[in-house]
Amino acid sequence: MLLIDCPHCGPRDEIEFRYGGQAGIAYPDTPGELTDTEWAAYVFLRDNPKGWFRERWFHVHGCRTWFTVDRHTVTHEFRQSP
Amino acid sequence: MTRLPSGGLIDRSVTLPFHFDGRPLHGHPGDTLASALLAGGVRVVGHSVDLGRPRGIFSAGPEEPNALVRVDADPMLAATTVELRAGLQAWSLRGKGRVDPDAVDERRADKGYLHCDVLVVGGGPAGLAAALAAGETGGRVILLDDQPRLGGDLLSSRVLLDGAPALDWVTATESRLAALPEVRVLVRTTAIGYYDHNYLVAVERRSSGERLWHLRARRVVLATGAHERSLPFPGNDRPGVMLASAARAYVNRYAVRPGSRAVVYACADSGYEAARDLEAAGVEIAAIVDPRPQGLAGALSGRTVTGTTADAEGLLTGVRIGDRHVAADLLAVAGGWNPAVHLFSQSQGRVVFDDTLQAFIPGPSAQAERSAGACRGLYGTREAIEDGHKAGTTAARCDAAHHATRDAAHHATRDAAHHATRDEAHDAPSPTARSGPGQAGHEAPQALSSDEPALRPPAVHWGELAPDPTTFVDLQRDVTVADLARAVGTGMRSVEHVKRFTTAGTGADQGKTSGALMAGVMSQLLGTAPGQTGTTTFRPPYLPVAFGTLAGRDRGELSDPVRTTALHGAHVDRGAVFEDVGQWKRPWYFPLDGETMDEAVSRECRAARTGVAAMDASTLGKIDIQGRDAGAFLDRIYTNMYSTLAVGACRYGLMCTADGMVFDDGTTARLGEHHYLMTTTTGNAAAVLDWLEEWRQTEWPELDVHFTSVTDHWATVAIVGPRARAVLAAVAPGALELAFMRCAETEVLGVPGRVFRISFSGELAYEVNVPWPCGRSLWESVLALGAVPYGTESMHVLRAEKGFPIVGQETDGTVTPQDLGMSWIVANRKPDYVGKRSHARPDTARAGRKTLIGLLPDDPTAPLMEGAQLIPSPGATRMLGHVTSGYASATLGRTFGLALARDVAPGDRLTAVSGSSATAVTVVDPVFYDPENTRRDGDPASPDGDAGVPGVVPGVCRAESPAAHVAARFAAASSDAVRLRELPSMPMWEVRGDDPGAGLRLGPDWWLVTGDASREGWVEVSGQRTVLELAGPGALEVLITGCPLDLHPSVFTGHAQTLLAKTPVILERDGDAFRIYVRSSYTRYLAKWLLDALGR
Repeated sequence: MLLIDCPHCGPRDEIEFRYGGQAGIAYPDTPGELTDTEWAAYVFLRDNPKGWFRERWFHVHGCRTWFTVDRHTVTHEFRQSP
Repeated sequence: MTRLPSGGLIDRSVTLPFHFDGRPLHGHPGDTLASALLAGGVRVVGHSVDLGRPRGIFSAGPEEPNALVRVDADPMLAATTVELRAGLQAWSLRGKGRVDPDAVDERRADKGYLHCDVLVVGGGPAGLAAALAAGETGGRVILLDDQPRLGGDLLSSRVLLDGAPALDWVTATESRLAALPEVRVLVRTTAIGYYDHNYLVAVERRSSGERLWHLRARRVVLATGAHERSLPFPGNDRPGVMLASAARAYVNRYAVRPGSRAVVYACADSGYEAARDLEAAGVEIAAIVDPRPQGLAGALSGRTVTGTTADAEGLLTGVRIGDRHVAADLLAVAGGWNPAVHLFSQSQGRVVFDDTLQAFIPGPSAQAERSAGACRGLYGTREAIEDGHKAGTTAARCDAAHHATRDAAHHATRDAAHHATRDEAHDAPSPTARSGPGQAGHEAPQALSSDEPALRPPAVHWGELAPDPTTFVDLQRDVTVADLARAVGTGMRSVEHVKRFTTAGTGADQGKTSGALMAGVMSQLLGTAPGQTGTTTFRPPYLPVAFGTLAGRDRGELSDPVRTTALHGAHVDRGAVFEDVGQWKRPWYFPLDGETMDEAVSRECRAARTGVAAMDASTLGKIDIQGRDAGAFLDRIYTNMYSTLAVGACRYGLMCTADGMVFDDGTTARLGEHHYLMTTTTGNAAAVLDWLEEWRQTEWPELDVHFTSVTDHWATVAIVGPRARAVLAAVAPGALELAFMRCAETEVLGVPGRVFRISFSGELAYEVNVPWPCGRSLWESVLALGAVPYGTESMHVLRAEKGFPIVGQETDGTVTPQDLGMSWIVANRKPDYVGKRSHARPDTARAGRKTLIGLLPDDPTAPLMEGAQLIPSPGATRMLGHVTSGYASATLGRTFGLALARDVAPGDRLTAVSGSSATAVTVVDPVFYDPENTRRDGDPASPDGDAGVPGVVPGVCRAESPAAHVAARFAAASSDAVRLRELPSMPMWEVRGDDPGAGLRLGPDWWLVTGDASREGWVEVSGQRTVLELAGPGALEVLITGCPLDLHPSVFTGHAQTLLAKTPVILERDGDAFRIYVRSSYTRYLAKWLLDALGR
């Protein structure tokens, strides 16, 4: 049970959150102009590192805010996103 | 009689009768089942699981490998961990365990959430000192200990501290802890798991049932002590062979002589202490065997135990020491100590092998944790106290530093833990320097002196490697040295492989006495150092835990939150059969007396097609959407257009995920220029709201749009059928002139409501909405006007006859709108919508995808099973698709179905295969009924559908609060300690954007305002939530059984949105009262949960 620091509510148990996957995957400005390969990369491909990972969380049972943190995928250590 | 006439920590004035294998015995308060069995002369407590060898009590604690017994309803417990009680019934285990599937465990376990600054696990000398040091700084401290009383090893020892019995120090420390208001001591409580971010789980054994504690600590001090280990020699499993520390505990703590003539096998100096204590208790010490070259006085130095002898029953009669045979009925084995690193290892800390101690000890910590005392290899009472004090002081200090920096830096907890851990790296365990005093800089006010001699390192002795079949490594699993040799002989080198091959360490004791022995023996077999061999992974739980304890109160009707509508009570009264849809209870069908389901559904459908019927549609998700860019936002989310929708109009829409697959559908109405109301499927309501928030917050923050769930604010009744207008005229006359796909805000039964003219059946239909408290009144009125109630099954049949797909039934995340034959709803002219680009991907655009089709069985009575596979002909193996829906239709007079299939066209003949049945079917268009939509304004054959308006006057709306039905039970359950009531209903509003200057702030730009204060743009949510109040001095203890939040008065002062009993709530504190704002649909469930909690 991770303890996740919501920027609005402070530290809360993981069960109050929904995981949002890798952060920084912006919706393309003009999807219609992307090749199939480029679009597939946006829809399907995500990093899966062993180590620090920039990811999104949604405080679904709290303030309902989306936020971004860095988490170490081995130790679960959180740090402020640089 | 082996009970000593005096001494020990038992109360001889009280006798506790009990039975073991039907034999009457007795003991005293303070006994364990094991000590009482020994006192009663029971030497054989069971037989080993594989070899059937007689086994006796081996230990005095949770590491017990032998004395596993059935106790009352518990199928398997270690007798050494069972506190004796009067009337207890215990049985030895025969062979393999069996689960009785019909047995019901009626005991009621509970759970609770606790938070603290410093958690100390273990109430021995180190733990007591740590708890006191941390507690006296004013911090919130929790001390756990698995025994009925504090003291740890001191309960079993005769050590003197400053010349006085060590228990005097324990008692004094307990009193000082008791005087600290922020220190909570939990005895009979075993920490079983150590998880991420200092989250620990512990089991408290109470007479009223076990309690599972979920603990979150800023810092943890582990003071879990050490387990003595076994030694390998032939016949080391005989009843009479016992750990020396256990023999010492039985004489000192329980006043039981475990034998009359003993040999002590002292690979470690603790064996000598045991010998002294046994002798003092009147046990004759026949020999002390010490493999080390320099034994202490009286020992056979440099010798080893080479075997044992036994009588016909298998009981120990003597010990072989080389060529000597010494008669003895007790062999006390002091094999050295294994620090109890289980929790440390679970915390992801790495253990390292200490060559001097011949044991695995904690290496660097992975969390904000510090081991203290024997669990880090510091043996000796004075050393443990000093180390515990140091650990407690450091933990409190680090925590204070954390508090100080938190507000400024607002850093993540794990970050603080990380730094704190590094701070402590300087304080690394140095067990070999055990004679050294506390390190500089740590003040140790308790500079106690003890009478213990300095300890020498244990013998480096892992026994003989002779392939003797009775030299056991793991007593519980009957694994011998020979078994390990065989495993290594096959080429296995990893201790994990050997564990799985031999099963060593996989018993209920998880190898607590055998783990280090296995590593030692393996290292000898492999010719490596034990540190290289390593140890197997320590996994939770530390002790076996009953499933009933893990479930706690989450069983039966409280196993999962249940949502009910405002109409639920009426449905129950009418005998509805319910279906689970997500967490909702929805009426499935409404059987009349003696009706089968098919008959009821047939009757309900006929009413909807030919007369008038009504359904509870309250469960559909309802999302209020407002803002200048609301239309533009919806254009991007839905595949079709909403910015062009006229005010007062409704439109059906599909939304897709970015991969182009159908995600949800529903009707969205435009209530104003910048105001929409979206409906979602019942099961997807929360997911859709999350989806909208995700796009608004993370992709399009520039759009002015916000969303408010009003699902629970409105109760919705669908009035369906050619005579629907007659019913509507009576309840909502203002909506009578509504055209198809139009909506109106109008009075319903005299209260402000909303009517939508939409149809999911193809018939004339209205969805009438009133605030929650009026829902039941509306429903009863509609039924009194002649509408036939129908449930979800009829709803499914009616929509399937019209070929309307249901998201989640016809779709499964691999289906596009085009696959459903709904290209008409995809606005290709729009520059973009979520999923548009994916609809042009080669895979989604290709021919030959599965599409929605209709199926008619050749046999009009043959049912079509959902999930049946479609094949071209009987016996074929090419699967073309599957049946998604299959029903019997009263309207069509036959069975029919919907399916997804590829490469088929109307007229094709297929076979639907389900299990052993094969049904011949013909592919048809998926619209079976009224394909021209001639019936949506009523029955074209009888346009005067208004004729025959019932003469019933519906009367006025009677408002009924969601908890009205339990008001009396609330009152009855209340006491001076806890009072529970529903607060009177008040107008409530959700506000987005600028701070309204009042109300509860729920999010960065989100408020809940109570009272008559409406302003433009505020969303009325008066019916959305019910407010329950739990007040009184006992309220907090009730809430911690279901709320993971830290509710300590110093932390939780205002309000928070969180979970209570797995239910989303707003919790607001007002002195000793808590207001619980719960979604109205969860009120019935939460009321049950609270009543259950109060009943304990």
